[in-house]
Amino acid sequence: MHSILEAIRAAVGLIASGDATLGEIVLLSLGVSLSAVALATLLGLPLGAAIAVGRFPGRRAIIVLLNALMGLPPVVVGLVVYLLLSRAGPLGDLGLLFTPGAMVIAQTILILPIIAALSRQSVDDAWREYEEQLRSLGSEGAGAALTVLWDIRFSLLTAVLAGLGRASAEVGAVMIVGGNIDGVTRVMTTTIALETSKGDLPLALGLGIVLIAIILALNAAAYLVKEAAQRRYG
Amino acid sequence: MILPLRLDAVAYRGIIEPLTLELEAGPSTVLLGANGAGKSVLMRLMHGLLAPTEGKVSWSGDNPRRHQAMVFQRPVMLRRSALANVVYALKLAGVADAQYVARAALAEVGLKHLAHRSARVLSGGEQQRLALARAWALHPEVLFLDEPTASLDPTATREIETLIRAFDAAGTKVVMATHNLGQARRLGDEVLFLHQGRLVERSPVEQFFKQPASQEATAFIKGELPWL
Amino acid sequence: MAVTRILIATLLCLSLPAHAQRFITVASTTSTEQSGLFKHLLPAFEKKTGIQVRVVALGTGQAIDLGKRGDADVAFVHDKQAEEKAVAEGAFVDRHEVMYNDFIIVGPKSDPAKAKGHDVVGGLKKIAEAKAPFASRGDRSGTHAAELRLWKDAGIDPQQGKGSWYRETGSGMGPTLNTASGMNAYALADRGTWLSFKNRGDLTILVEGDKRLFNQYGVMLVNPEKHPNVKKADGMAFINWLISPEGQKTIADYKIGGEQLFFPNAHN
Repeated sequence: MHSILEAIRAAVGLIASGDATLGEIVLLSLGVSLSAVALATLLGLPLGAAIAVGRFPGRRAIIVLLNALMGLPPVVVGLVVYLLLSRAGPLGDLGLLFTPGAMVIAQTILILPIIAALSRQSVDDAWREYEEQLRSLGSEGAGAALTVLWDIRFSLLTAVLAGLGRASAEVGAVMIVGGNIDGVTRVMTTTIALETSKGDLPLALGLGIVLIAIILALNAAAYLVKEAAQRRYG
Repeated sequence: MILPLRLDAVAYRGIIEPLTLELEAGPSTVLLGANGAGKSVLMRLMHGLLAPTEGKVSWSGDNPRRHQAMVFQRPVMLRRSALANVVYALKLAGVADAQYVARAALAEVGLKHLAHRSARVLSGGEQQRLALARAWALHPEVLFLDEPTASLDPTATREIETLIRAFDAAGTKVVMATHNLGQARRLGDEVLFLHQGRLVERSPVEQFFKQPASQEATAFIKGELPWL
Repeated sequence: MAVTRILIATLLCLSLPAHAQRFITVASTTSTEQSGLFKHLLPAFEKKTGIQVRVVALGTGQAIDLGKRGDADVAFVHDKQAEEKAVAEGAFVDRHEVMYNDFIIVGPKSDPAKAKGHDVVGGLKKIAEAKAPFASRGDRSGTHAAELRLWKDAGIDPQQGKGSWYRETGSGMGPTLNTASGMNAYALADRGTWLSFKNRGDLTILVEGDKRLFNQYGVMLVNPEKHPNVKKADGMAFINWLISPEGQKTIADYKIGGEQLFFPNAHN
């Protein structure tokens, strides 16, 4: 209990002091995770919709695989991306290792299955409702899938938030491909890991509270957007 | 002209037994039968939403899909305005001046004042009228209606029936499935009576109701047909 | 595909600030970073030369591997044997000794094994005899290598105690100390990490001052012939600064609670 109270005090102190380093770390964390979410959404939504609407051999196996990949261990993704981006690896010349770019790549790979699998489920459910009418009007294949995707955009928010949650919470991938370099690739989760290993537990917990608070705020905002849309569009 | 429509020994998975018939332009056709008789499946076979497991469905003329439209029991609207929903259908069909045509269609069904309201917040009756507007805007040769008023209250039902009659009067071939005997009598010119996936009887509407030729039809009219 | 292009563009944009700056990548150890030395040392170098030093902190073994793969420009670690071996293999060049600090043995205040004193080998023998819990890093770090050498000098195979009193955490100095603190165990630590470690629990310094606890730091450049992408000029600028009188003084000036952590000993 004592440590938790100290942690809360540490958290309040951090935020109140407007610590510049903390601000940098928070901005970088948000930048990396939101970019990864944006990219994974751009790729994952059409992918999920295509699998939902399409009929092709091996479809069920792909659905199972996609669902399973939601549980990709972040540290494994980090390792694979590191091997790809290392100077000794195939993409070494891009010079992306130990930069925020590498962290975005790793997190995008990590959350792409989540967004694709969940959107596939949503589109699949919606397709049952829309399919006949759309086909009657002459809309098929990719066009129909995109129409449905756009129409259910607010319920897809859940999939996107799930991806954001995973990205902002993970430490394994960004630690390996980012290197936790002070002022360059240090994000909230890697800072918490560092402070914990330095034995500064109240500070680590304090940072953890800040992180959770930010994610809560983002989720609350998304919920309000969803509600407003529900009222407007039905 | 995409009519006449020919069905040659068309069957579907035991739900529809091999069935041969021809639909011509002119009279409005009512598919009548109890729940589970196969009306909806037959309609979907005609409209091309289902492929027959046996036999062949043939339309005359070019581009049959473009000259048909279908209204379902529950209207399916996109999360857009009423107007945008009609425009969407028109753009798909490649109709020029979609906005103008859409507005005219909305006016036809009395929804002009709701053009910019979000389609999904409209009442059930309004949404079904919107579905009809969407179909009307395409000026189809054939309009399929699958139990269009089954989910509506009597007032809304009357409104829809008025519109269907207007379609018919304007020259569109109306093909409507219903299990509502009064509605069939009000709107139909001829009746196709289905029982357990077979076409049991086909006759002009008054003749069907006054002098049904088959046992099953008689029982149906008397309301005695057992539920499947 | 347009999507691929947007992807690469976004990534490069995010990395751009990271790229625009002139910098070198230095592979170093977690214990060095956690001692806080870099926060004190690097700004002085950056101010003088305009070169940003990006430290990736790992274990000594991993840091050397990082250099071998060409993912760093310079390695700054503390395992002389491993460093010299790497230079002999041609993976690194221009090795210089920079500074030393010392290791200490920490343990519970009650000192159940009676290890206290200035004789590390004797202390370890007593810990093994008493089968007192001992937390080891077990992670191929410089500290771990030093620990194993000391056990060898004491004529003890700690693996005999594996699973009972000898606990390998497979992690850095901080986490290992956390574990030792939680288990009330003995551990070998570098003084730097210990001085800035905040979760001591019941632990205190028990053995120190033995010459065998001497921990030498070396710095070396990744061989540019093996990896043409190595920033030779800027990397050498850093190395030369570290061993220069100015760099050496900056190292000596770093103190925690008035105590000096690192003792410069570069031989030019």
